[in-house]
Amino acid sequence: MKGLKVTVWRLIKWMCVGFVAQLCSTSLAIAEENTYNMTKGVTDISGKVYDLHMLIFYICCAIAVVVFGAMFYSMYHHRKSKGAVAAHFHESTKVEVIWTVIPIIILVLMAIPATKTLVAMEDTSQSDLTIKITGSQWKWHYSYFDEEVEFFSLLATSQKAIDGIEEKGAHYLLEVDNPLVLPINRKVRFLLTSDDVIHSWWVPDFAVKKDTIPGFINEAWTRIDKPGVYRGQCAELCGRAHGFMPVVVHAMEEADYEQWLMDKKAEIAKAKQEAAASLTATLSKQELIELGTQVYVDRCAVCHQANGAGIPGAFPAITGSKIATGDIATHIDTIVNGRPGTAMQAFANQLTDKEIAAVVTYQRNGLGNDTGDVIQASDVNAFKAEQSGTSEEGQ
Amino acid sequence: MKTSKPELAENIKSAPAADADLSRASSATLVDEHDHHEAPKGITRWLYSTNHKDIGTLYLWFSFIMFLTGGAMAMIIRAELFQPGLQLVEPQFFNQMTTVHGLIMVFGAVMPAFTGLANWMIPMMIGAPDMALPRMNNLSFWILPFAFLILIASLFTEGGGPDFGWTFYAPLSTTYGPDSTALFVFSVHIMGISSIMGAINVIVTIVNMRAPGMTWFKMPMFVWTWLITAFLLIAVMPVLAGAVTMILTDKYFGTSFFDAAGGGDPVMFQHIFWFFGHPEVYIMILPSFGIVSAIIPAFSGKKLFGYHSMVYATCSIALLSFLVWAHHMFTTGMPVFAELFFMYCTMLIAVPTGVKVFNWVATMWRGAMTFETPMLFAIAFIILFTIGGFSGLMLAIVPADFQYHDTYFVVAHFHYVLVSGAVFSIMAAAYYWLPKWTGHMYDHKLSLWHFWCSVISVNVLFFPMHFLGLAGMPRRIPDYAIQFADVNQIVSIGGFAFGLSQLIFLWLVIKCIRGGEKAKARSWERAEGLEWTVPSPAPHHTFSTPPKVD
Repeated sequence: MKGLKVTVWRLIKWMCVGFVAQLCSTSLAIAEENTYNMTKGVTDISGKVYDLHMLIFYICCAIAVVVFGAMFYSMYHHRKSKGAVAAHFHESTKVEVIWTVIPIIILVLMAIPATKTLVAMEDTSQSDLTIKITGSQWKWHYSYFDEEVEFFSLLATSQKAIDGIEEKGAHYLLEVDNPLVLPINRKVRFLLTSDDVIHSWWVPDFAVKKDTIPGFINEAWTRIDKPGVYRGQCAELCGRAHGFMPVVVHAMEEADYEQWLMDKKAEIAKAKQEAAASLTATLSKQELIELGTQVYVDRCAVCHQANGAGIPGAFPAITGSKIATGDIATHIDTIVNGRPGTAMQAFANQLTDKEIAAVVTYQRNGLGNDTGDVIQASDVNAFKAEQSGTSEEGQ
Repeated sequence: MKTSKPELAENIKSAPAADADLSRASSATLVDEHDHHEAPKGITRWLYSTNHKDIGTLYLWFSFIMFLTGGAMAMIIRAELFQPGLQLVEPQFFNQMTTVHGLIMVFGAVMPAFTGLANWMIPMMIGAPDMALPRMNNLSFWILPFAFLILIASLFTEGGGPDFGWTFYAPLSTTYGPDSTALFVFSVHIMGISSIMGAINVIVTIVNMRAPGMTWFKMPMFVWTWLITAFLLIAVMPVLAGAVTMILTDKYFGTSFFDAAGGGDPVMFQHIFWFFGHPEVYIMILPSFGIVSAIIPAFSGKKLFGYHSMVYATCSIALLSFLVWAHHMFTTGMPVFAELFFMYCTMLIAVPTGVKVFNWVATMWRGAMTFETPMLFAIAFIILFTIGGFSGLMLAIVPADFQYHDTYFVVAHFHYVLVSGAVFSIMAAAYYWLPKWTGHMYDHKLSLWHFWCSVISVNVLFFPMHFLGLAGMPRRIPDYAIQFADVNQIVSIGGFAFGLSQLIFLWLVIKCIRGGEKAKARSWERAEGLEWTVPSPAPHHTFSTPPKVD
């Protein structure tokens, strides 16, 4: 019986040792592949950062081998059960000095390349183009300087995929409706800020991670070597949907980039025209509610919830709310200008007048509300015009 | 009758250390009167206690309950992250879990555990009859449960509890915070007050109540590290109190400390927070160094190698901890010279920390080691804490930090130093001193189960997190891209296993209290220190007559 017990114990011990050994070897194998190591990226800087990372990693491994080696040697040989007798030494200024000085030398050697890379990373001068990146809950806004091109970039993964109703695609949570488009081989400077809380714009392949801070502007830069699609995420906790605001960058050859820029300008002009045309159009209640539902799901449901119930104490309900069932002007005002000092942001520049009209109509006639009101794009436009009129009068 | 203890303390304090005979004589007469003074019975024993051992016990049990509570929250987090997609909890609730898990583990589990150990052990280690300020000791413990009651209750309010991370960055915690933020602020205030009172008590005790002959450089390392920790606490807890107060007034009273629109600065919040936060990190690890410095020699049969350099290393770590706070915020956009300054200072911390590790290894070297459970935990501490130190060194390198920052690499790093570091050292301490506390030896076989389950699962739990971070998974997200799925599954399994392993410890402690092999006064043959000169279990009052230390 006792023999069996001993055997079982030995077996367990060996299994543990085997497991740890297995873990270490797979760890090393994984580290070799790039899927589980830091990416080398596609810029000169990201390559340098990778080299720096591997250098420190190997130095740490070397120190580990020496220190843990000495420890395990000692644990194996200097055990009482093997008849070891304890020595009496317990002080030596010489060795204390040695193991203070050697680490300092190693650290200085590490600090030199780190300093060089850092200084290069922080040099944002002489850029070829500038892009302003504005974070807000929970989307990115990109604005190309001197080009009159600007747009929002939102998560494109559907709620159904998140809830497990639909299949998750290859780029689950890392896909957006409008990616940032950049030319390769040009020094792109980013100016980063935020409309609400602190976010952090991060693309691992560029080794660029910079916080966007409300009321302040940060700088960063990159020069991409290879065309491709590069994905990242918001890195700073920014509230409920922090995990759902990816960054996607399309890097293109310069000619393609110029073409894209022209197309985008045309697209924006066309959208403006359509918006102007929509002011004279009168949509049926049904059409408005259909469009409004879509807008609500994309933009409002993240806080106010798909059923309009909100989250008590954090996000107010739409169902039966004073705003969505009361004065129409207040309702439009809340969406157009937001509520300063709360999480409710201004949608004036994010949605067209038509979309605002549609979502107001939907909120007043759906989600358990039934006011019967129908709001047209022209109403929203009139509200905006009146508002700018009063603010001018005020001045 | 209760006044007798402060008087007694007074008596010893006023006795000149050199005049040992006088102090012995005077306290001896006092003790005679109170020999019958046994532990009171019932609930009042705990509610009104001014006894350092009882209060130490309260602290330790409270910390263990909080450890399990915070652990349960971690289980919720790991269950949600078991596979991609949202399955169990709302993102809002997920954020509350990460926040409250962090707060409970830092302020409810690790810090009170160290205070509990300080209460139990410091008076016995320095030959003092009790803590210097016994009534304050009672107060500093008894306000703690209320602080955490408020914090946990806030989870059940409308809008939920704090959901802005344990670092509560403005303006997410002000303008965009939930209605319950005031409850969070008050609970942090109470925790801070408790910590400061605890720290004052430790300092006053160590400075005034050492037994005759217990000179500074004869103090055990645990006493030294706690003395330095206590100074850190007094220095930085008021800074935390200031930070939460500014959050409070920004949110409720219209001030703009952290709001650029009103002339404030959100980044200033981070500077203030981390000026508290970085020394806080060392508050949670210095006492561990003390514990390990007691255990390694005891089971190696040698004196601690380089005692003096250990003391100096601890002091320099404490001083440097005030100069490195901004390494938590390299991505906020600092001037390049500031980044360089904080990078160099941070790297410099590796030197005294290295000295400590080398000294422990040198203590083991050519010793005659035995591997009882406290020793196993202490060895695991050295190895795993050092791994956490390596990732810390990597994080100090600013260009690389831009890639690591706010990813699972950081999560892996600080859990290595806090769980397999601080928590393992607390476990080591518990096993080391349980015989002294309970009078019984613990169940050895069970303790081995606890150790091996813990040490394996903790690595399955935290080691793969390094890969997740390097591959680009941000922290504090309730859902993730599919390429992270496999590793997250492994991590979650490790998490559940680690959580369950701690129940073995609970069972073991209860078993040990109820009975077991009788412990000797010197429960470990080669352990040194005054605590082993008193019987096991330690009587309600010890060292009423101060021992003479030569």
